[in-house]
Amino acid sequence: MGFERQADFGTPEVKSDELVTLTIDGREVTVPAGTSVMRAAAEIGGSIPKLCATDNMKSFGSCRLCLVEIEGARGTPASCTTPVMPGMNVKTQTPRLEKLRRGVMELYISDHPLDCLTCSANNDCELQDQAAAVGLRDVRYGYEGENHLGLGTDVSNPYFDFDPSKCIVCSRCVRACDEVQGTFALTIDGRGFASMVSAGQDGDNFLSSECVSCGACVQACPTATLQEKSVKAIGKPERAVVTTCAYCGVGCAFRAEMRGEQLVRMVPWKDGKANRGHSCVKGRFAYGYANHKDRVLNPMIRESIDEPWREVSWDEAIAYTVNKLREIKARHGVGSLGGVTSSRCTNEETFLVQKLVRAGFGNNNVDTCARVCHSPTGYGLSTTFGTSAGTQDFDTIMDADVVLVIGANPTDAHPVFGSRMKRRLRQGAKLIVIDPRRIDLVRSPHIQAAHHLALQPGTNVAVLTSLAHVIVTEGLVNEAFVRERCEWDAFEDWARFVSEERHSPEFLEAVTRVPAQTVREAARLYATGGNGAIYYGLGVTEHSQGSSAVIAIANLAMATGNIGRPGVGVNPLRGQNNVQGSCDMGSFPHELSGYRHISDDATRQLFEKDWGVTLDKEPGLRINNMLDAAIDGTFKALYVQGEDIMQSDPNTQHVAAGLEAMELVIMHDLFLNETANYAHVFLPGSTFLEKNGTFTNAERRVQPVRKVMEPAPGYEDWEVTQLLANALGLDWNYTHPSEILDEIARLTPSFAGISWDRLDREGSLQWPVNDKFPDGSPVMHVEEFVRGKGHFAITEYIPTDERSGPRFPLLLTTGRILSQYNVGAQTRRTDNVVWHDGDVLEMHPADAENRGLKTGDWVKLASRTGETTLRLEVTDRVAPGVVYTTFHHPGTQANVVTTDYSDWATNCPEYKVTAVQVMPSNGPTEWQKEQAELTERSRRIAGAAEMEPAE
Amino acid sequence: MSSATLSRLRFSANQIAQNLAAMNPDKAVLATADHINKFWDPRMKARIFEDIQGEEGRSALSPVALAAIEYLAGGAEPKSQTRATEFNSVNEIGHSDAG
Ligand code: SF4
Ligand code: SF4
Ligand code: SF4
Ligand code: FES
Repeated sequence: MGFERQADFGTPEVKSDELVTLTIDGREVTVPAGTSVMRAAAEIGGSIPKLCATDNMKSFGSCRLCLVEIEGARGTPASCTTPVMPGMNVKTQTPRLEKLRRGVMELYISDHPLDCLTCSANNDCELQDQAAAVGLRDVRYGYEGENHLGLGTDVSNPYFDFDPSKCIVCSRCVRACDEVQGTFALTIDGRGFASMVSAGQDGDNFLSSECVSCGACVQACPTATLQEKSVKAIGKPERAVVTTCAYCGVGCAFRAEMRGEQLVRMVPWKDGKANRGHSCVKGRFAYGYANHKDRVLNPMIRESIDEPWREVSWDEAIAYTVNKLREIKARHGVGSLGGVTSSRCTNEETFLVQKLVRAGFGNNNVDTCARVCHSPTGYGLSTTFGTSAGTQDFDTIMDADVVLVIGANPTDAHPVFGSRMKRRLRQGAKLIVIDPRRIDLVRSPHIQAAHHLALQPGTNVAVLTSLAHVIVTEGLVNEAFVRERCEWDAFEDWARFVSEERHSPEFLEAVTRVPAQTVREAARLYATGGNGAIYYGLGVTEHSQGSSAVIAIANLAMATGNIGRPGVGVNPLRGQNNVQGSCDMGSFPHELSGYRHISDDATRQLFEKDWGVTLDKEPGLRINNMLDAAIDGTFKALYVQGEDIMQSDPNTQHVAAGLEAMELVIMHDLFLNETANYAHVFLPGSTFLEKNGTFTNAERRVQPVRKVMEPAPGYEDWEVTQLLANALGLDWNYTHPSEILDEIARLTPSFAGISWDRLDREGSLQWPVNDKFPDGSPVMHVEEFVRGKGHFAITEYIPTDERSGPRFPLLLTTGRILSQYNVGAQTRRTDNVVWHDGDVLEMHPADAENRGLKTGDWVKLASRTGETTLRLEVTDRVAPGVVYTTFHHPGTQANVVTTDYSDWATNCPEYKVTAVQVMPSNGPTEWQKEQAELTERSRRIAGAAEMEPAE
Repeated sequence: MSSATLSRLRFSANQIAQNLAAMNPDKAVLATADHINKFWDPRMKARIFEDIQGEEGRSALSPVALAAIEYLAGGAEPKSQTRATEFNSVNEIGHSDAG
């Protein structure tokens, strides 16, 4: 594919059943009613000159370049703001129009530095293109008049520059920030000639302003005013490859724009169905980790974790590993080996890791990090709806009237979807937030939550049940829906249960700390406000009663009839890019791909025949059980692909003890992460830019990941797994991930119709894709639930055993922020650290005052499990008695303090509630010091004595 | 086996029993047995079966959890008791327990 900018139709697509036919330059065109004349012309290949219009925002009508003549109409209306009418006869190119347009263009150019030849946007500039399009030859006003040419460039943002001398004040950036991103960071200051774009308040630059560096303004800018620094540094791209973001579960599609083997920039792809041309700072800019000096490029081995690493050839590394595996298996039995798949890797890679464990290791000890985030979603939604697959696509939010956000922080953790949600809220949808912390969404420009239920951490089930109490006892149930779509008996039992006085908001107020009146009003709004859509995240799942809370949410949606049409639903916001995919691929120890239990004979036979092996019928160990078994001496070797369980899993000291007890830890990753401190073999991984494969986002959307450069260590990750498998005698012969995908399709009914060729052609497909749904399935449960009738299940509030008390009087809850991703291994190695260079602890002013603490102080955070130190920020975002932090930085290791408590059904750890004490501190804890030492020691590489420790 | 692991197994069995009992007291024992059968690895099952041979192990479990473990230890294979333990059959789609 050569380099071409994506087509710009000038104004957004309009959806309407009514069609309008008109004539443009003698050609007939039919478009949906409400479409602009500009877009209609573009759809038949015409191109009306334009500057202020672009197709991802509303037209503005300020530049007057897009004038047209319309038969019977007076003057020359702007085509971007003029809607089509039946029978209209439009002329877009006439001598009169040409003259007018040249005049407009002349004014712009007279205030523009004409250094096109040396400008970094040369040949990629709309101003230049349009000047050519209108045939501008000379400028009558001269360049000597008053102009903006002397203004300095704002280089504060690490990824893009703002050079106001090139600005034509088309306000596309301002509108992109307002309409697309919803941050409202930019304004046009002054009027007339003096008007200028500015970020934030007086004296602010881009970095100090509210800007979140999403890049929407950069993409919108028709000139070189706002431009990626990388384009200046590397030059104009020469080809573009469409691929999928490897960070969060939104699954944004990007064009990786390349110059030779160098990535110039990532530009959101307008045809991406998950992101519709938008992006966040992570996917758009934070890819620099791929070339970071810390990246390990050679395989390494060592006998013990006290020794320095020894760089070896791939052959030696694989032979060493496989000999060890064989020997351990012989000594400790087949159950002593296991693997962990990654939600950051592709479907194909994940599938191969679980295949290696089941077919090569000979057991089912394979698990994935979904264990520690959304496993309760699986359990809870299967119990009620019969399946946990996301019921809606992201677009559906535009039809919601009431948005209920529970334990999720979309503007930070799912930013592109968060922007879409904000757009809908600005259009007037009502918002209810249930979260211990005042997340940004509660109050942001032009958005104010109708209700914020700032509950006590750990009381989700109590609050949800009290919402149900109000809905049932105030007669707000959608009985017609329940009778038609749900099991009536179970509903009656449930309704009786929630109606009990002990579930009323008044009774539970003492436990939840949410004023009863607020609960009542929120329940009424959700039940009666029109389409009600629930979005929830890890603040729901990561609790002792995570699964129960998910069930309680599903009950609410069924009771109010908010299922099975656009604008409603129960929507889990998944964390990592391929969480859905890694679950689909059979990463859990109890099931094969497509959610078929390992004990099912027919399913096992299907795989046994295809793979030529015998499979064990007993479920294997979950991650936490593997660690327990390691401490007990029955589990000895672990292959970890692309995860850092040491930093991401709870109770770090328990993880450390488990890993330390193993004889062979094989770490397959980009960097020497915290887990690698305990590893004996390090196999260097490839980035998403270096491999082919597919990711599946939270909408069940399978999207291609395409290789744009060769893998730096020599192999794509799936090839490394294949090397291990073949050394174990498995005889795999994949030459391209498309062949792995074919095997997945052959063995997995919901993937039956998916192939690499089809994805290549069609961009994405939402599973199930099979004979019944040949083009995939955007919405599920439309007519009926996948498993017949919806099931109401009773959820009794059972308080967690983790309680605050005199020694640990505060409750800690954890979360994430926009610029960093998960354990931060990637984002910490990019310029994103300018926004967040360490985890901080948020505390309410009252609690801070009691302890004589202020913002910026070092504090010690201690729980029954462990202690760490970090900096304090005093804020009323959190309620008194609650403290909050993130877990992006290994120096803090917030998980040193989290406990072993976990969800009763799935063992998803209780990250969101830990009883803690906070006190002044003057330095790192003993544990932090030990870990720092260990890290330094365990990252030594023989022969590279001068090497800096990798962190 | 370390005592920490054993106490975690006991805790886990009790937690499952307590929550499933709240959902449906009539099916609590079978549902707990079904859950443990579908999700625990053989060494965990073996360990808890052994544990209920002794008085200490028995008294560490709630009545529902104990009855469920006894049921499984007797060699029984409970059918699915909740939808969360109904999986797709070999050619089926629809069910998913994606986390
Ligand atoms: S980068 Fe995004 S948030 Fe920042 S000013 Fe531009 S559009 Fe607004
Ligand atoms: S910075 Fe770019 S997009 Fe913004 S007003 Fe100036 S030219 Fe237009
Ligand atoms: S929203 Fe998620 S998928 Fe999209 S660019 Fe950001 S991190 Fe990537
Ligand atoms: S493009 Fe229509 S007025 Fe600017």
